[in-house]
Amino acid sequence: MNNVILRMAWRNLWRHGKRTWLTVGAMIFSNSLLVFSISLQFGSYEMMIDNSLQAFSGHIQLQHPAYLEQPKIRYAIDNVTDRAQRLRDTLELTSISARAAGFALASSRDRSYGLQILGVDARHEPLVSTLPGLIRRGRYLEPGAREEIVIGSVLARNLRIDIGDELSFLGSGFDDSFAAGVVTVVGIFESGNADLDRSVAQVNLVYFQDSFAMGDAGNSIVIRAAQIDDVEPLMSRLKAELQGSDKVVARDWNELQPGLRQAIRADMTSAWFMYAVLIVLVAFSVLNTQLMSVLERTREFGTMMALGLRPARLARLVMLETGMMTAVGLLLGIGLGALITAYLSVVGFSYPGMAEMSVKFNLPERMYPAISLLSLSLGPLIVACGSLLAAIYPALRLNRLLPIEAMRAV
Amino acid sequence: MSTIVCKQICKTFRQGDEIITGLDHVDISVETGDFLCLSGPSGSGKTTLLNAIGGLDTPDSGEIYMGDLRIDRLERGALADMRLHHIGFVFQAYNLIPVLSAQENVEFVMQIQGMVAHERAQKARAILAEVGLEGMERRRPAQLSGGQQQRVAVARAIVSQPDLVLADEPTANLDSVASAQLMGLFSKLNQDHHITFIIATHDKRVMSYARRLIKMQDGKIISDEAQ
Repeated sequence: MNNVILRMAWRNLWRHGKRTWLTVGAMIFSNSLLVFSISLQFGSYEMMIDNSLQAFSGHIQLQHPAYLEQPKIRYAIDNVTDRAQRLRDTLELTSISARAAGFALASSRDRSYGLQILGVDARHEPLVSTLPGLIRRGRYLEPGAREEIVIGSVLARNLRIDIGDELSFLGSGFDDSFAAGVVTVVGIFESGNADLDRSVAQVNLVYFQDSFAMGDAGNSIVIRAAQIDDVEPLMSRLKAELQGSDKVVARDWNELQPGLRQAIRADMTSAWFMYAVLIVLVAFSVLNTQLMSVLERTREFGTMMALGLRPARLARLVMLETGMMTAVGLLLGIGLGALITAYLSVVGFSYPGMAEMSVKFNLPERMYPAISLLSLSLGPLIVACGSLLAAIYPALRLNRLLPIEAMRAV
Repeated sequence: MSTIVCKQICKTFRQGDEIITGLDHVDISVETGDFLCLSGPSGSGKTTLLNAIGGLDTPDSGEIYMGDLRIDRLERGALADMRLHHIGFVFQAYNLIPVLSAQENVEFVMQIQGMVAHERAQKARAILAEVGLEGMERRRPAQLSGGQQQRVAVARAIVSQPDLVLADEPTANLDSVASAQLMGLFSKLNQDHHITFIIATHDKRVMSYARRLIKMQDGKIISDEAQ
């Protein structure tokens, strides 16, 4: 280091090593905590998004343009099974499944309830949705089997039916004709989502198309990406392929489930409030350290000014010292935070009761922080900015300093 | 920028309710290459006059010129630049920067002046050798004696060849041997480099080195004699 000012700034930091280490320690603690917390937050959002989307909607759906606003059976896309197969071939992705949906009144011997009946491709549905994996009694639909239905546990309780019982449904078909059928309950699922368990049932798509007079049409093609980051490139490809079509649009999960993004934003806001408290505490620690450091070196600053150093350069010296202290806290904090987070992102961690919940709701048994450049740098960089801002006041005090008064300071 | 002229400069200080006169209509002219001592009892105005000439303090009234430049009207930044390029200071308490080595203390001024690293290192080592501190370049101030620290301060003051060196009681903390060595050094630098020296002191041995002696009392010059 050929620069005397840099050397001086670095050595000044360690004149009161304990004090500097206390401040740097606060930075290291907050930075590593932020790295871990933000990574965990991102990881839990990924899990939340995956679980929500895997349960039902998938990452992307191809739909009729009007279907999102008005989910009516008549807003359908033609030739849905073949289209889904073509997409599987084109995108080289198997987790693509066609669906149709209609509303009907379902009746058992004793009771009747309204529900949404989904016609699904039983071979590919388990690849886009976790619902088939949530069958608690009986089994999932056999591919191609007719007159079979799986229903939610709440609906089964409401209708007082069980595996092997018959259920009749009556709804409105694609062409406004009556859609009716009698099906046998082969499976009962339990998703943990009461709405889903109360109001959704699944039959095979071919049977649905026959019963609801849909021909070869369906209401959506559901695509589950391998990971959330794949959604954007997939959307680009789909949009390119669908260019010019006014009967089919591709919608990503943000459009399909706008509440999910809002829930994440709300969670982030509350988390950042906590982080802000941490950052302010660190900033005050820096302010205290630098203010004390400036006050006890007033004579020295007076000498430097007498030698010809402009007050603005003195202020820069204090900012440089803060910058160095911040850099130490930043690097060690990120390093420590990254080590802890990287370890937990491999082995994962859980809290009491999580294992039971995961079995019940088909969720992962452990949480995994998602380590990324953003999660590593976001919190620590804000701490660094806060620290530098906190040093502005002590630095500005030097602008008011007069050399002769400073040199007389005790 | 070498001839210093002070015209009718006055400076007062407030101490509680009392107004103390620091300088009372002081007129003084210092030629390039002068070696002068300001003497007088404590409170006579020596340090106040040095501070005013050095641009560390501004007079309440009067004019101070360094060459053609009126320095009592300069703003703080310009005053700092003037001190940086034209004046060297030697303080009673040495005022070295404790975290820097002897060589780095000397380099400090040159770094602010913007000199490149190898050139300032070379100059710093040469000047430290000239003041008799060869081999002590890496020592911090705490590892040097009072006399050695004052030599570093002198080296720092003269390394960038200023027009003027202002020294405030430079020997006050030194023993007689170190004082004699320092004054010998000042005389040599004055003769060899033609640097103007103004030294505030009430040490008679220091005064004996001066070619001009100004006596002050109660903020006024009471005598100004060549020696």
